Amino acid sequence: MWRIVAEVVLLPAIYALSSGAVSAAPEAALPVRQIASGVYVFNGVTAEQDAHNRGAIANLGFVVGSRCVAVIDTGGSPAVGEALRASVRAVTALPVCYVINTHVHPDHLLGNQAFLGDKPVFVGHARLPAALAARGRTYVASAERLMGDTGRGIELVPPSRTVSDQDTLDLGGRMLHLRAWPTAHTDNDLTVLDEASGTLFAGDLLFVEHMPVVDGKLAGWIRVTDTLAAADVKAVVSGHGDAGAAWRDAFAKQGNYLRALADQTKAAIKAGRTLSQAVDEVARDQTANWALSELFHRRNVTAAFAELEWED
Amino acid sequence: MKSVPGLAGALAICLMLGATGARAADDGSDTPIWGKVKTLLVGEREVIEDTAGSVVELETPVRAEDAAVVPIAVHTRQLPGGVHVTRVHLVIDENPSPIGGTFAFTPLAGRADIETRVRIEAYSWVRALAETSDGKVYVARRYVKASGGCSAPAGKDMEEALARLGRMKFRLDEAPVVGQSSVVQLMISHPNTSGLAMDQVTRLYVPPHFVRRVEVSYAGEPVMTADVDFSISENPNFRFYFVPRKEGELKAVIVDSKDLRFESSIAIKPALRGS
Repeated sequence: MWRIVAEVVLLPAIYALSSGAVSAAPEAALPVRQIASGVYVFNGVTAEQDAHNRGAIANLGFVVGSRCVAVIDTGGSPAVGEALRASVRAVTALPVCYVINTHVHPDHLLGNQAFLGDKPVFVGHARLPAALAARGRTYVASAERLMGDTGRGIELVPPSRTVSDQDTLDLGGRMLHLRAWPTAHTDNDLTVLDEASGTLFAGDLLFVEHMPVVDGKLAGWIRVTDTLAAADVKAVVSGHGDAGAAWRDAFAKQGNYLRALADQTKAAIKAGRTLSQAVDEVARDQTANWALSELFHRRNVTAAFAELEWED
Repeated sequence: MKSVPGLAGALAICLMLGATGARAADDGSDTPIWGKVKTLLVGEREVIEDTAGSVVELETPVRAEDAAVVPIAVHTRQLPGGVHVTRVHLVIDENPSPIGGTFAFTPLAGRADIETRVRIEAYSWVRALAETSDGKVYVARRYVKASGGCSAPAGKDMEEALARLGRMKFRLDEAPVVGQSSVVQLMISHPNTSGLAMDQVTRLYVPPHFVRRVEVSYAGEPVMTADVDFSISENPNFRFYFVPRKEGELKAVIVDSKDLRFESSIAIKPALRGS
C-alpha cells in the first residue's frame, strides 16, 4: 500500500524569532516536508494573518521535475513568498518555470512577486484575473492593516496563463494536470494533480481543522467536495491544516459542515428569519468541530443566506 | 530583502492596536467625511443626535462578517402630533461612495423603516439620518469593524449575477391585513458593482453597473423610492412596509446605471382586520 513519506528536510523557524536588526539577511527557508518523491509541502499555521505569522497561514508546495519546478501557491505576503523561494533553492537549482495559484485569496498569492525574478509562467483559473481586479485593492489594504510592515509594498501578480477547463504542464518527465472548477469555495478554484506521485493539491477546496470559508457557492462546493472525496488519487494537500492519509474523512467532515450550513440556512429562510437573525442561530452546533469558527461561522451563514434565498 | 519582525515589530503592533482602539472609542460625531456628507444631504440644518432612539435607530453588526454583505436595519418612530419620518439617508463614512442610499417614504408606507445589506471594507462609522415631516433632522450611528483578510466587498459569482440580471422577487412572510403596516422584502438580482478598475495588473475594465433607483407603488400610489448605488450589496435586498387599504398590485420599478429598466409586481388581497 502507498504511504506518505513525511520527511522534514529543513529545520523550522528561526525566521519567526530572529531580530529585526538582521534586515539585510535573506529570508530563511520555510520548513517544508517531502511528502512524495519530488513533492514538497509547507503547512501554514491555523490562524488569521497577522504581523507575527506574516501571512504564512496557508499550505504551500512545489513539485520538482527533471527540467524545472512548479510552485503551488506563494503565501500571504512577499516575505513568505521569498521564504518559500529559499526552500525551493535549498532543494534544487532547477529554475522555477510555473507559479500556480489555486484561487484569489491573499494568503495563497500575495507571495507571487517573490518569484518575478525567475520569470515563471503564472497560472490561474480563467476567472482569477477578474476576481483579482475586483478584490485586489481590498486585499492590499487589509494586508497592511493586519500585518503592518510585512503587508506593505505588495504588488499583485495576475496569471499570464489561465485555465477555463483543464490544462497540463510539463516539468520535464513529470506532468501536472490542472483542473478549473465551477464556483465552489470561490469562483476561481484550480486544483493541481501531480501524475507521478498521485498527489492532488486541492487548494481551499479542502479545509482541515480550520473552519471552511464560503466565498463562492455553497451548493457548488458541496458537489465538488463529494467529487473529490471519491477522487482516484493517492494523497491530497489541503489549503489549510493537514489530514495526512485521512483526507477522505476530511472531505466527509467538510461535507457535513457545508450540508448542515445549507440545510439549516434554508430552514431559517423558510421560517421567515432575517439575515441578522440567522447569523446568530444557524448551525451553532457545528462550531465546536472547527478552529477559528468565531471568525468564520457567522460569515459563512451570511454568504449561505444571500445565496440560498434565491433558490425556488 | 525584507526585515523580520522582532521586538520592534511587536511594539509597532501594540501601537497599531492601541491606535485602532482609540479610533473605535471616538464617538464619531464629528469626522471630516461626515461634515461634508451632512452638508450635502441637509445643508445647514441642525442635526439632532438621537442617542435614545426616540426617532431613528440603527442596527448593524459589530463586525462586518462578510465585507460584501453587511445587514443594516433602520427603525423609526412617530413623534407626537402625527410628525413622522419622510426620508432616511444611509451613510458609510469610509466607503468609496459614502452616501449609500436615500429612501423616501409616503404615508402609504405606514412606517419609514428600511433594512438592506451593504458593502463595508474598512473600519467605518455607519449613520442613519432621518428627516421628519416638521423639517427636523435626526441621526443615529454605529461603528462597524472590518472583516478578515480574505473577505472583500466583491460579488461571489459575477457570471451568475449577470446571467439572471433583473430578476426580482417579492417576499411577504405574513398575510397583509387591510389598513395595517405589512412588511415586504424586495429582492433584485443584479451584480451591483462599482466596476473593475483598469490597472496594470489585469488590464481589465468593467464599467460600473448598479441599481440606482427603486420605485415601489401599491395600487398605483407611491410607497417608497430609493436612490442607491454600489454601496448596496450584490443582489440588492430591501425590506420595508406598506399599508394595503384595498386589493391591489404591489409593484417595483428598477432603473440601473446603464438605464436598464426592470419591473415586477404581485397581486395582494389583504384580509379584513381580525378575519
